[in-house]
Amino acid sequence: MRLCAFSICHKYGIIIAIDNVSLSLESGEFVGILGPNGSGKTTLLRVLAGAVKPCGGTVLLDGEDVHKMRPKPVAEKIAVVPQNGYIPFPFSVFEMVMMGREPHMTRFSRESPRDVDIVSQAMAATGVTHLADRSVLDLSYGERQRVVVARALAQEPGILLLDEPTSHLDPGYRMEIMDVFKSLSRCKNIGVLAVLHDVNLASQYADRLIMLNQGKKVADGIPREVVTKEILESVYGVEAIVRTHPAVGCPQVMLVPGFRAGQGEDNPAGN
Amino acid sequence: MKREPVRYLTYRDRRKKYLVILTSLLLAAMVVAAGVGAVPIPIAEVSSILMCRVPFVSRWVPNMGRQDAYETIILQVRLPRILLAVIIGGSLAGAGATLQGLFGNPLADPYIMGISSGAALGATIAISSRLPSLIPGLSSVPVAAFLASVATMTMVYYLAGVSGRVSMDTFLLSGVVVSSFLWAVMSFIMMMSGDSLREIMMWLMGSLSNKGYAHVKMASPYAVFGIFVLIIMARDLNLICLGDDEARHLGVDPEHAKGIIMFASSLVTAASVSVGGIIGFVGLIVPHVMRIILGPDHRLLLPASVIAGGIFLVSADTIARTLIAPAEIPVGVITALVGAPFFFYVLRRRKVPEG
Repeated sequence: MRLCAFSICHKYGIIIAIDNVSLSLESGEFVGILGPNGSGKTTLLRVLAGAVKPCGGTVLLDGEDVHKMRPKPVAEKIAVVPQNGYIPFPFSVFEMVMMGREPHMTRFSRESPRDVDIVSQAMAATGVTHLADRSVLDLSYGERQRVVVARALAQEPGILLLDEPTSHLDPGYRMEIMDVFKSLSRCKNIGVLAVLHDVNLASQYADRLIMLNQGKKVADGIPREVVTKEILESVYGVEAIVRTHPAVGCPQVMLVPGFRAGQGEDNPAGN
Repeated sequence: MKREPVRYLTYRDRRKKYLVILTSLLLAAMVVAAGVGAVPIPIAEVSSILMCRVPFVSRWVPNMGRQDAYETIILQVRLPRILLAVIIGGSLAGAGATLQGLFGNPLADPYIMGISSGAALGATIAISSRLPSLIPGLSSVPVAAFLASVATMTMVYYLAGVSGRVSMDTFLLSGVVVSSFLWAVMSFIMMMSGDSLREIMMWLMGSLSNKGYAHVKMASPYAVFGIFVLIIMARDLNLICLGDDEARHLGVDPEHAKGIIMFASSLVTAASVSVGGIIGFVGLIVPHVMRIILGPDHRLLLPASVIAGGIFLVSADTIARTLIAPAEIPVGVITALVGAPFFFYVLRRRKVPEG
């Protein structure tokens, strides 16, 4: 499966959100999208998922224009984990995850034992099996996020789009859920595209990183090409030190706090 | 993991079980209601009279020397009224459950779109101008109310849809604007109408008195069709209440589905308002209670609310016509007397989901 975007442009009123961005995502690839707040990451993801029709450019899913397809065939191939949304009613965790099977069911069909199996596996993969009968409203944000990820897994997608999937998770679950995504891309050959805030996490997991700034793509390549002092400093406007992760070998960044000068006694960058 | 399919099957059985229980309760309420009144009729008598009218079942009903007077009272006087209560209660509760899901707000009700104001204006015009009846057995009031509410529905759609992509907020605002305008027109007509004021007030409070099979025939096709559509759309509604984007990501076109759902719930509301007047609180509290008992899955919640709405209104109407007999209380007064305190209670204990 292949998702390609060609020269996407999008505006909100007169504000340019995305400015001529092209990208591609292949099966089995793990791509991270980085960029400061307001750089158009979420808009780009919504355009790719077909939720927002861009002002210019096309998105092709296996050669078919996503914005001309009906939502159902798109949902059979692409699953999306959005940022935490508002849930008005106390659906149970099991019901929520079962909603991931909707694209594969017809209007009058009922959940088959196979659907139940897939849902159980998805819940096990994100560690929410023990919550199955609980109401989603009673869960913490981190738990809710794992439920939504389980729902996306239950969709059995070929492409997985993630909008900051780790934002509410503690470091343990953060690594665990990123491991789940990584293994999906490796073992099940799913293309994963994740908007991430954490540069270090992105560098550890992504095969390829795309850096956005003010709606433009400023870098696209393997982590070693994108996580560099020059790019980080120009995009985020802070002083950065880039080192190699001692265990994994990918570049890791340490930001230098602005108030350091003159404090002297505690100098984290001085190694 | 071996346990899961078993657990899920019991969940599905639970769904079926609740619907069977509710249906039995509805039938019981109808039989009891048919027996209660100025002439009390024993339950056994009522059941045998009613069952004789059901095809195939009638064969096994023993003929226990019925009195013709009882049969006339039940079939000609009480049954049409009971059927109407079932249709109206079911429609309002079904539309209420739907709109609460659609707006993602448990305090929405079927009148939120301003349909009731259209019906009210139509009825007011028909009553105050003594519009002649066009259909035998049916006064001009329900016909005028229905036409006016369909017109209101169209107007609200048109106003909300001007900007192309319709948001739910635009719909609500448009409904509020249209209905306050129509209420103003109606108040003016009421002020000028003199003699018919009392009749208009009775209509506005919602009442099921002086209704016959003609009313049942008028309302039931729209109500049955609309409820059928809503139950089919229950699955989409589950996804839509999570938000437009999420619905789309799970394969539902939110704009398209919302259009169908809005249309069906408006139609159902218009049908019931035009024959029963503005009966409040049924569409608000019944879905609420059902959601507390059965959970938010609309595939169970919608049919359950429809049946429970029928039970509630049949009971309320029985109280309305017997409490101060031979006089009658408008049934809307009874539902409001029960509904308002309950509404207050729900508001007090309502948990704020965001925290």
